[in-house]
Amino acid sequence: MSRYRTLFRQSALLYRFRRDKVAIASFSILLLLLIISFAAPFIAPFNPYDPTQIDIMDSNLPPVWQTDGDARFTLGTDTQGRDIWSTMLYGTRISITIGLFAVLLQSLLGIAMGLAAGYYGGRLDSFLMRLADIQLSFSTLMVAIVVLAVFQAAFGSELYNELAIFMLILVIGIAEWPQYARTVRASVLAEKKKEYVDAVRVIGLSRRRIMFRHILPNTLSPILVISTVQVANAIMSEAALSFLGLGMPVNQPSLGSLINSGFQYILSGSWWITTFPALLLILLVLVINLLGDWLRDVLNPKLYKE
Amino acid sequence: MALLEVRNLEVKFPLRQGELTALRDVSFSLDPGERLGIVGESGAGKSVAAFAILNLIGRPGYIAGGQVLFEGRDLSRLSATELRHIRGNRISMIFQDPMMTLNPVLTIGTQMIESLQAHRAISYTEARTLAIEKLRTVSIPSPDARIDQYPHELSGGMRQRVVIAIALLTDPTIIIADEPTTALDVTIQAEIMELLLALCENFSVALILITHDLGVVAQVTQRAIVMYAGRIVEEGATRSIIDSARHPYTQGLINALPERTRPGERLNQIPGLMPSLLDIPAGCAFHPRCPHTLTVCRFEVPDYSGSAQRRVACHWAGAHGEVL
Repeated sequence: MSRYRTLFRQSALLYRFRRDKVAIASFSILLLLLIISFAAPFIAPFNPYDPTQIDIMDSNLPPVWQTDGDARFTLGTDTQGRDIWSTMLYGTRISITIGLFAVLLQSLLGIAMGLAAGYYGGRLDSFLMRLADIQLSFSTLMVAIVVLAVFQAAFGSELYNELAIFMLILVIGIAEWPQYARTVRASVLAEKKKEYVDAVRVIGLSRRRIMFRHILPNTLSPILVISTVQVANAIMSEAALSFLGLGMPVNQPSLGSLINSGFQYILSGSWWITTFPALLLILLVLVINLLGDWLRDVLNPKLYKE
Repeated sequence: MALLEVRNLEVKFPLRQGELTALRDVSFSLDPGERLGIVGESGAGKSVAAFAILNLIGRPGYIAGGQVLFEGRDLSRLSATELRHIRGNRISMIFQDPMMTLNPVLTIGTQMIESLQAHRAISYTEARTLAIEKLRTVSIPSPDARIDQYPHELSGGMRQRVVIAIALLTDPTIIIADEPTTALDVTIQAEIMELLLALCENFSVALILITHDLGVVAQVTQRAIVMYAGRIVEEGATRSIIDSARHPYTQGLINALPERTRPGERLNQIPGLMPSLLDIPAGCAFHPRCPHTLTVCRFEVPDYSGSAQRRVACHWAGAHGEVL
């Protein structure tokens, strides 16, 4: 283990990281957001999921520095009397969870398809890539809207509200696999022609072993780069769906549903309900994208082009 | 009985411009422990021959005819699973460029243990011990530390030693070395060739050495085959090929050696280029470049003359040569 530790300490990645202020700042902010969102139950002054802590009399209070502000609610409250700051923390947790798991699902699907298409080639390749083309010709949002709306209509919003988080992960995960499949396929096609693949074929290893153990690790850098960008994309998709009312339910709001719930009151002066979650969302997506850009520059996968 | 017998092997690549015949009528045999050199210019079909032996011709190429008999079994007819038990186990292969043949993201130990475990039912620790032992056999200093290193942490010569160690891991009966030293420095080349020679002798492994370097062939092999445009043009004991080449092409190769020229003079190169395999001249493929072209050379593909030990495919050599 200590060998790997020294390898990491000497790695070019760490060296480049230490010399890049934007990367350090982005990484620190992301880490901070991750910590405060996943530690939300300990940090947040209120639990927005607990109806006993919510008082309708506290509704629509402005942030503390405004004239009507209440010292208990730093960033004000929403229409139901929930503390915006606490709800944002919980909401960030949901957004990040959905983003990570959706990308995990995308990558599993996409890597498997991309590897198979690239390595076996021929008809399988044509079939999978045409499938990817078809999938990409529907926008993620369109697919998600149709699937989620049908699900809501078919099984009722009660069940939907319970399963919303899984549904979102599933829909965003399935809708975006072609990004991975294409990137992985392109790398596999390049790797497959290299001599070490001939060498392991000569050694007599099985195809599956060659694919997963030898080719896959060599395609990791483009996968890493699109993964960061895709997390940001997934968070955005989730926010967009929630904003359209097809995402997380109001009693379990993500950043997107918070923005949505405040949007209806923005013209009546309650600007804080929408503004603060929106700023947090922008910050979150921005730092992930900046990190992704930095990673791409460092790893320089020539294949990452859309 | 010969360990490996290649009979009338023919390999084709269907291309858009037409079908390319990379190997035609290639026959040779290899005895246990024997060291055979395959010599020829780039594109003569040497590497294709090596891949064809292991039935590893990449798509769209295919074996159009002939047999590759290894211990009496035709490798071109075996199933993928049966082939896997032979590849890397009974027949190993060493490639040209050790930078490219090792997977850059796995330690050399991982790669060695993996190929051992693919062919033997042994534990990780046993495999590791064996791997370290083989690294020691190929004279890698402090093998127990080196085994955990990545290919990029080793020098070119070291890497080729590792590749040889991997080829030796399963105690194969044949090693096919495809230009094993072309990517290395001249000083390292000699070291690696000596190592390979010593290992083949010590472990009585048969060697097929593919190269364009006649010097290496003379140093290492006992018998040699000269290939031109996908065909064998001359075969015989290495000494007799070098001392008394029969085919004008072989003579040309030997005359082109820098040792045959005085300093300051131009090298005696063979005029012209090897023909494209898509457009092989009629008759003897070498006739446009041959200094002894006869009329018959333009129309008729020469047959082999001579015995199985010493044969040549040339009209001119057949007419003018001494008794073979």
